[in-house]
Amino acid sequence: MTLRHGPLEIGCPVPRVDAAAKVTGEEKYAIDHTPENMLWAGVKRAGVPHGRLRAVHVEEARALPGVLCVLTAADVPGTNRQGIVHKDQPVLTEDRVRHRGDPVALVLAEDRETLAKALALVVPDIEPLPSVHGPGEAMRPDAPAIHDSGNVLLRAVIEKGDASSAFGECDAVVEETFEVPFQEHAFLETQNGIAHREADGKLVMTVSTQAPFRDRFEIAHALGLDPMSIRIISPYLGGGFGGKDGATVQCLLALAAMHAGGRPVRMTWEREESFIAGYKRHSVKMHYRVGAKRDGTLQALECDLYYDTGAYAHLGAEVMELGMEHAGGPYRIPNVRVKGSCVYTNNPIAGAMRGFGVCQTAFAVESVMDMLAAKLNLDPLEFRRKNALRRGDENCAGVTMVHSTGIGACLETLGRHPLWLERRDWKRAAAPFKRRGVGLAAVFNAMGYGRGLPDSAIARLELALDGRIRIYCGVSDMGQGNSAAFVQIAGGILCQDTSRLELILPDTDRTHPSGSSSAGRTTYTFGNALVQACNALKEKLLHRAALVLMLDEEKGLALLPGRVRHLPSGREASFELLARMLPEADRASVGQFIMPVAHDVPETGKEFAIGFPHVFFAYAAHLARVEVDELTGRIEVTEYLAVTDGGKVINPQGFEQQVHGSVAQGLGYALTEQLLLDRGAILNAGFADYILPTALDVPEIISVAVETFEHTGPFGMKGIGEVGTNGPLPAVANAVNDALGRRLTRSPLTGSRVLRTLGEGPAQPAIGGAPVTRHEWVKRGGGSS
Amino acid sequence: MKLRFVLNGESVEIEVRPDRRVVDLLREDFGLTGTKECCGSGECGGCTILVDGDCRLSCLVLAAQLHGRDVVTIEGLARNGRLHAVQEAFMEHGAVQCGFCTPGMVLAAVSLLARQPRPSREQIREGLSGNICRCTGYVKIVDAVEAAALKLANGDRR
Repeated sequence: MTLRHGPLEIGCPVPRVDAAAKVTGEEKYAIDHTPENMLWAGVKRAGVPHGRLRAVHVEEARALPGVLCVLTAADVPGTNRQGIVHKDQPVLTEDRVRHRGDPVALVLAEDRETLAKALALVVPDIEPLPSVHGPGEAMRPDAPAIHDSGNVLLRAVIEKGDASSAFGECDAVVEETFEVPFQEHAFLETQNGIAHREADGKLVMTVSTQAPFRDRFEIAHALGLDPMSIRIISPYLGGGFGGKDGATVQCLLALAAMHAGGRPVRMTWEREESFIAGYKRHSVKMHYRVGAKRDGTLQALECDLYYDTGAYAHLGAEVMELGMEHAGGPYRIPNVRVKGSCVYTNNPIAGAMRGFGVCQTAFAVESVMDMLAAKLNLDPLEFRRKNALRRGDENCAGVTMVHSTGIGACLETLGRHPLWLERRDWKRAAAPFKRRGVGLAAVFNAMGYGRGLPDSAIARLELALDGRIRIYCGVSDMGQGNSAAFVQIAGGILCQDTSRLELILPDTDRTHPSGSSSAGRTTYTFGNALVQACNALKEKLLHRAALVLMLDEEKGLALLPGRVRHLPSGREASFELLARMLPEADRASVGQFIMPVAHDVPETGKEFAIGFPHVFFAYAAHLARVEVDELTGRIEVTEYLAVTDGGKVINPQGFEQQVHGSVAQGLGYALTEQLLLDRGAILNAGFADYILPTALDVPEIISVAVETFEHTGPFGMKGIGEVGTNGPLPAVANAVNDALGRRLTRSPLTGSRVLRTLGEGPAQPAIGGAPVTRHEWVKRGGGSS
Repeated sequence: MKLRFVLNGESVEIEVRPDRRVVDLLREDFGLTGTKECCGSGECGGCTILVDGDCRLSCLVLAAQLHGRDVVTIEGLARNGRLHAVQEAFMEHGAVQCGFCTPGMVLAAVSLLARQPRPSREQIREGLSGNICRCTGYVKIVDAVEAAALKLANGDRR
């Protein structure tokens, strides 16, 4: 049961403050705004993966009644470049097409029907060029160059100890290659927004975005505007998961508004366009080698990673950075060498997605850990516990773990759970033609931006004239419930119930810059700023009440819902009275916070401009029970356990929501989700054949919290939005191996892959498949066999 | 054509092209933006409405098909200012995250409970399997529908 009435309490399950307007359909998302006199803007996309854009024939489209204008790159006033870190992506294509979704022309029309007709009349004249569709192909010396700088966006190494020689001292070494596909975010509200230009030139935009404050600079840079002349309003998002971090419609929509004569313009990507032009989770090819002593002590890990970032960087280098930083898993390994290449191809653009590069390496590292445990004849749980990071250890990137480090506790908790303890009986009870297996994964995920980019937030509170307290929130809520956590924090500290608190959602004119909704950072960073703002407001209210109540001192005063009470005398001053008494400037408080960073930056990873290293991590130990059908190859995940260390829990219901949701996305990634690409064309650009998990596909998920105390966090918490995504693929792959004695190394783990592996002769539980040597594999540039 | 139907309990009449999609009719002509369009091809259930009590995907229904029908959208589910038991349960049990699938999911659950008042968890999962949610992992949605079924069975109609 949840807490519904009275002052909010930290640590209690409180129904989300945003749920009421969402269950009645009243909540207005960006897509629900349709002002009078609205125009529609849309984009003509190239449709070829690589080519020279010789011309765009727009005359016929322009002549269509109801078309206001058709714009091309020549009409873009600024740099015509967007990109969060690497600005390599044109708003409108100039002379080079780099993927099929590249926009070649922007059309403004009176209505949707005219827009669709006009877009069909725009004819790009493209001279095709040879295209490349995988890192191996793109890195060949004779590969066509996609960007002038070449096809490698970044090559980097994270290293500690001496991995090459340490392998010589290992009693057991395993080696394997892995491959994961592009994944689609598939948020239900597609990329969209509305914009209009005011008489004084100010551009006002309501966008489904994870980073309203950064958007201003993206747009300003691309279109040659003053960033402060742009106002971005960010309502609740209908999902984001990383795919709305960075420019989607923003620059195109702003350009459209500049040509709309002050009328509002809407741009909405339909689902197919969302697939074609939206950002993806990176496809990665990985080769791993890991070694241990006979007693199971990990000694050395080496891996080569090839991230396919598609046509543009987006956050490709940063995504790879995080993957590399986590490539050794949450373990103590003295000798590590992680090499990564992030490579441009003519595929769709890859960028940020929940699990940010880590989802991929977690599959590989947790698979090889199982293989190594099997080779050493050790229990996979014991093996992980023995090597699990503890506070004071160095992680695989060489950073000392000085903050809460609960992976050991997660594994212990998992080990005491019936789903683990009773696994043998459960497996034996499999029906004919079914085989059962239980698999584990130990995962972690960094919180925050890492070094080089201040992870900061500014919270502002205001005592309104009606006595309610307004929370000015500068960080978007894409559905994860951070804004509900903010209300709970404010209510908890100020002893108020929900009805006395009002949340102001991000608006660059009204709220303060607080960074993006990403990196598991929102509740931690904004929450810390908010705690300070609350304490400051509390102090102020007590002081001002003392004046009103004619008290000699503030002692004995307490905040109660809507009022301050002097406890010894029972006399009270209402918030309304205090608000009316105070000048406007005195009715507010501000708190600010910057996330601490690592102070022992290792002498490695120097290639990364920002992000390396991180110092805060959420941890999780996952268990999957699977039943595999020998006849169809279908894998059914029957039960799932996620034990998560996210520090102290502010709202157990919100915590479970994040765990359940991230596990479900991870299970989709494990079992069915993949972009099917043919020379850069998406063959499954819709929900009919891009298979998302439904209520019939996701099992009952059991979430257990291991509550370490993160001393720097608000009320001891840390962010857990991402860590849960990293566990399902390796846990399910390990469970399938437990069931079949076959290791699947390419995801998703489809029935046809299971059947293929079952047809490959006798099972080899220890290693599975014939490993390609690292030397051979690297020579091929990580090309798949 | 002149289209007449009952919308959220009230008779309405509107001049409309017969092939206008119902999702556009509701969102744009009636301003009922609680009905969401997520895929436009009948795959996700986001635009679910009730037509004569049955679930229909409004992105696949044309305006003329509503003639003479009784239509309920998410905005029409609460009666006399009181939320439906399913809406209450979604709030209480944490079944709402981004909320974009919520209107369709709630209406699908209402329709399911009308057909099957005491469904098992498995039957709830099956009944809602035409509605995609990308945020929740469905566990709390199933919890909510189970709780609403119990509440309705105990005589609380709303």
